[in-house]
Amino acid sequence: MIRRLLFLLPVLVFAVIAGYFLWGLAPERDPSDVPTAMLDKPTPAFDLAAVPGLDVPGLATADLAGGEVVMVNFFASWCVPCRAEHAFLSALAEETGVPLYGINHRDEPEDAVAWLAELGNPYQRIGADPGRAAVEWGVTGVPETFIIDGSGRIRWHHRGPLVPEIIERDVKPLLAALRP
Amino acid sequence: MILRPLAVALALLLAAPALAVEPEEMLDDPVLEQRARDLSAEIRCVVCQNESIDSSNAEIAHELRVLVRERLVAGDSDQEVLDYLVARYGDFVLLRPPVKPSTYLLWYGPFAILLIGALAVFVYFRRQRAVAALPPALSAEEEARLARLLDEAAAGEAGGDDGRGRS
Repeated sequence: MIRRLLFLLPVLVFAVIAGYFLWGLAPERDPSDVPTAMLDKPTPAFDLAAVPGLDVPGLATADLAGGEVVMVNFFASWCVPCRAEHAFLSALAEETGVPLYGINHRDEPEDAVAWLAELGNPYQRIGADPGRAAVEWGVTGVPETFIIDGSGRIRWHHRGPLVPEIIERDVKPLLAALRP
Repeated sequence: MILRPLAVALALLLAAPALAVEPEEMLDDPVLEQRARDLSAEIRCVVCQNESIDSSNAEIAHELRVLVRERLVAGDSDQEVLDYLVARYGDFVLLRPPVKPSTYLLWYGPFAILLIGALAVFVYFRRQRAVAALPPALSAEEEARLARLLDEAAAGEAGGDDGRGRS
C-alpha cells in the first residue's frame, strides 16, 4: 500500500512545481510591485512649502486630519504616467467632491506651473517635495495615490497611475464607504 | 616582460567594485561612514529589484543613502534605521529577509529537504544491506532445476524402497 502511494510522489512534486509556475507566470502578477507598509497607519510627519509661482497653499500633516476624507497624489511634470492619469484624477475629484491634495515630487517649480497651466489644476493644496517626503510616505516613484480618512489614517495606497478600471473597482467603493 | 601581466592581475585583484556613493554624501567621521556603508549594503533600492542602495544610482537610492547617514548622525542604532525603513517600505526593503513565522519555510525549508533526503538515503542503504544479507533469490532456471531435482529425488526414494523390498 505504502509502496503504491510512493508512486504518487512524482505526481505530487509535479503539481507543486506546476502550481508555482502558474502563480509566477500569471499575467496579473507584477514582480516589480512593491508591497505597501503604510496601510492603516497615521499619515507621516511632513511639512511642505507651496510651489513658488502657484497660488495654491502648501501641504502638511496637520491638513490631513480635519475630519474629512481626502486624496493625496504624488506627481511630477516630468512623469509620463502622471500626465496619463491627470484627466481621470481631475474627473474623480470633480465627480466625488473629495478634496485632492498634490505632492509635487522632485520638480522644477516653473515646470510644475507650466504643466498645471496646460492640463488644469485639480489640486486644492500642493506641497513641493525635494525628495524626503516621498520616503516618509513609503513612495517609490510617481505617480502614487493615497486615500486618507477623517482621522488622518491611510486607508488606501496605489502605486502607478489611477486608470478608470482601478477608480471604478477600488476608489469609488472605498470613498462611498468612508463618506456615509 | 612578465611584469606587465602581473601588474594587470594585481590591478584587477585590488580594483574595488564600482560604487554609487558620491563624495558629497559621505560623512566626515570614518567610523560612522563605514557603518552607513555596511548598513546600505543591506538595504534594497526599492525600484531596482535586487540592488542595494549602496550600489544603485537611482534617485531614491541616493535619497535613502542620505537618510541613513542623517539618522546615524542623529544617534540611531543600525536596527533603528532599518526599522524606520521597514515601517515605510515593509520587509521588501531588506535584502536579507527577517526570520519570522511567514519566512520559516524560506529559512528552514532547505534544511528540512536536506534532512528528508538524508533520511531517504539512510533508509535506502539499510534496505540494501538487509537484502544483501539474505541468500540471493533463485532465478527461474534455477527454480526449474530445483523442482526437477526434488521430483527425481521423490521418485528415486519411492523406487529405492521398492527395490530394497524386492531384493
